Amino acid sequence: MATTDLGPTPGAGRVRSAPGARLAGDRSARARLVLAGLAVLLCVVAVASLTVGATGTALWPVLKTLASGEALAPRDRIVLLDIRLPRMAMGLLVGGALAVAGAVMQGLFRNPLADPGLVGVSAGAGLGAVGTIVLGGLLPAWIAAPFAGYLVPVAAFAGAWITTLLLYRVSTHHGRTSVAVMLLAGIALQALAGALSGILVYLANDAQLRDLTFWNLGSLAGATWSKVLAAGPIILLALCVVPFLSRALNALALGEAAASHMGIPVQRMKNISILCVAAAAGAAVAVSGGIGFVGIVVPHLLRLAIGPDHRFLLPASALLGGALLIAADMIARTVVAPAELPIGIVTAVLGGPFFLWILLRNRAALGG
Amino acid sequence: MLEAVGIEVTLAGTPVLKGVDFAARAGEVTVIAGPNGSGKTTLLKAMTGEVAYAGSVTLEGADVTSMKGWELAMRRGVLPQAAQLSFPFTVLEILRLGLQAGRMARRADLPVAALERVGLSGFEGRFYHDLSGGERQRVQLARVLLQVWEPVADGRPSWLLLDEPVSALDIGHQLEVMEIACDYARRGGGVVAVMHELNLTAMYADRVALLHGGRMAMQGAPREVLTDEMLSRVYGCRVRVNAVPEGPVPFVLPQAAGI
Ligand SMILES: Nc1ncnc2c1ncn2[C@@H]1O[C@H](COP(=O)(O)OP(=O)(O)OP(=O)(O)O)[C@@H](O)[C@H]1O
Ligand SMILES: [Mg+2]
Repeated sequence: MATTDLGPTPGAGRVRSAPGARLAGDRSARARLVLAGLAVLLCVVAVASLTVGATGTALWPVLKTLASGEALAPRDRIVLLDIRLPRMAMGLLVGGALAVAGAVMQGLFRNPLADPGLVGVSAGAGLGAVGTIVLGGLLPAWIAAPFAGYLVPVAAFAGAWITTLLLYRVSTHHGRTSVAVMLLAGIALQALAGALSGILVYLANDAQLRDLTFWNLGSLAGATWSKVLAAGPIILLALCVVPFLSRALNALALGEAAASHMGIPVQRMKNISILCVAAAAGAAVAVSGGIGFVGIVVPHLLRLAIGPDHRFLLPASALLGGALLIAADMIARTVVAPAELPIGIVTAVLGGPFFLWILLRNRAALGG
Repeated sequence: MLEAVGIEVTLAGTPVLKGVDFAARAGEVTVIAGPNGSGKTTLLKAMTGEVAYAGSVTLEGADVTSMKGWELAMRRGVLPQAAQLSFPFTVLEILRLGLQAGRMARRADLPVAALERVGLSGFEGRFYHDLSGGERQRVQLARVLLQVWEPVADGRPSWLLLDEPVSALDIGHQLEVMEIACDYARRGGGVVAVMHELNLTAMYADRVALLHGGRMAMQGAPREVLTDEMLSRVYGCRVRVNAVPEGPVPFVLPQAAGI
């Protein structure tokens, strides 16, 4: 069995004991501190995002009006409650979901480079969305009507779900999932979904092309309460289950065999992890399009700060992922105001170089 | 008693174990020896459920397939031949993984004791990836020890299954690790160790199981098994037991205390 030593070594040497009676090598105190800091950061970013926007509505005067008991101007009410608030909520949900899905996948694949995008889940969701944007008009009314505005998200959901099922069928044999087969199958599915999407793009008209571009790059611009309510419960359910996987994911770092010798029900735990990843990533992609790199960058940064212990890594990923996406959305809304960048461009510009940096740091372990 | 009866394992279409019977008693160190590829690791993996096998494996008379994973984890620790770690954990964090899998999960003081036991005091804060091969091997042993810290728990023996626990160690640490294994057995636990070092085996084993080409060539006390003819036949080279050959190079023979 080959020894895999992926994963960078943050800093050199040793982790010293914090002041007090803690043991050297115990990073839990620092992790708790970082978690608290991230919670504060998230609150600050969330409130800040409510004050930024193309319209002139500012938060503080509005709060003052509210505090003095007067009624809000209808315009301010709409801007705040129906535009900025759902957008902030969606950034929080999608960012948290993508980051946690990334962290769980990396733990499951025992590889800091794994990502929901990698095993084709996002591509499958993308195919569903592209298919509906281009061919949706051909659907008989009795199918399309009940979904009205949700047709694209619903189709993206379905795509993510089907891809995950296919992936699972291909890579599971005699009740065991091979991580290598799963990764390779993911690459194949991704290529297939990408090719099919590419064919569909040729059939698209100009208006559809614009929609496609926006969807492909990812955006929170379409945030509405109904989308938040569609994706929110699924994402929250996945986020609630994931903490119970922490100990198993930690043990898995020592290999599947070692984890099962430590009493971890490896097979069941892998199944649950895959379900959580598909739910969180699928729901996120469904409402926001292909927002890349959050799932790789956030867990990686956090591992540098607090170590790879999933008991802390998973909640921290949710917090930082949410904060990061809300912040990226603020950038997307302001740099080219009054127009707006797709947020996927912002995360790609920030995340692309970072990803290369991770690759460089891991080059030796990857056989380069 | 850890007992394997009629174990047959086929890997990638090739029969690797062809009907192996093996037994180890609690309170003893049982060594599995044999040439490369003879099936030592495979036998250990069959007994820990890592590879599919025909035959039966019982622990104190109970079929292991009828036991829950966490239940088995409380009763036996397994040291793999090749350990891996995919994220930068510290030594302490790794030891705690072992501790949490066993019945002493609440004893936060034990990791320090385990490190001292394997001669790595003060290594708690080191990153595993920064350690030398031998240091890593001893950290893994400490992790396994923490999982089954008490040699006897609830009146039943605990088991250590070790695949080449001293392969990366210098002679001093080889003796240290073998002393740990011996001590564990003396206090009532069971130890099964795969070994290439026949001198250490002679010094520390209570019983030796010699594998050859997927079959059990012989099982018995060291002085019955470690003979000129048997070793020469199994290892395919001239072996003389109890004869230090005259020659141009120095011959180093480590000796256990009290021998
Ligand atoms: N996954 C596998 N697929 C096919 N053959 C295998 C597999 N694993 C082991 N084998 C073969 O089974 C035989 C026994 O392997 P095993 O690892 O048990 O040997 P070993 O006695 O532990 O050797 P070593 O002293 O080198 O550790 C070898 O011939 C090996 O090539
Ligand atoms: Mg072996």
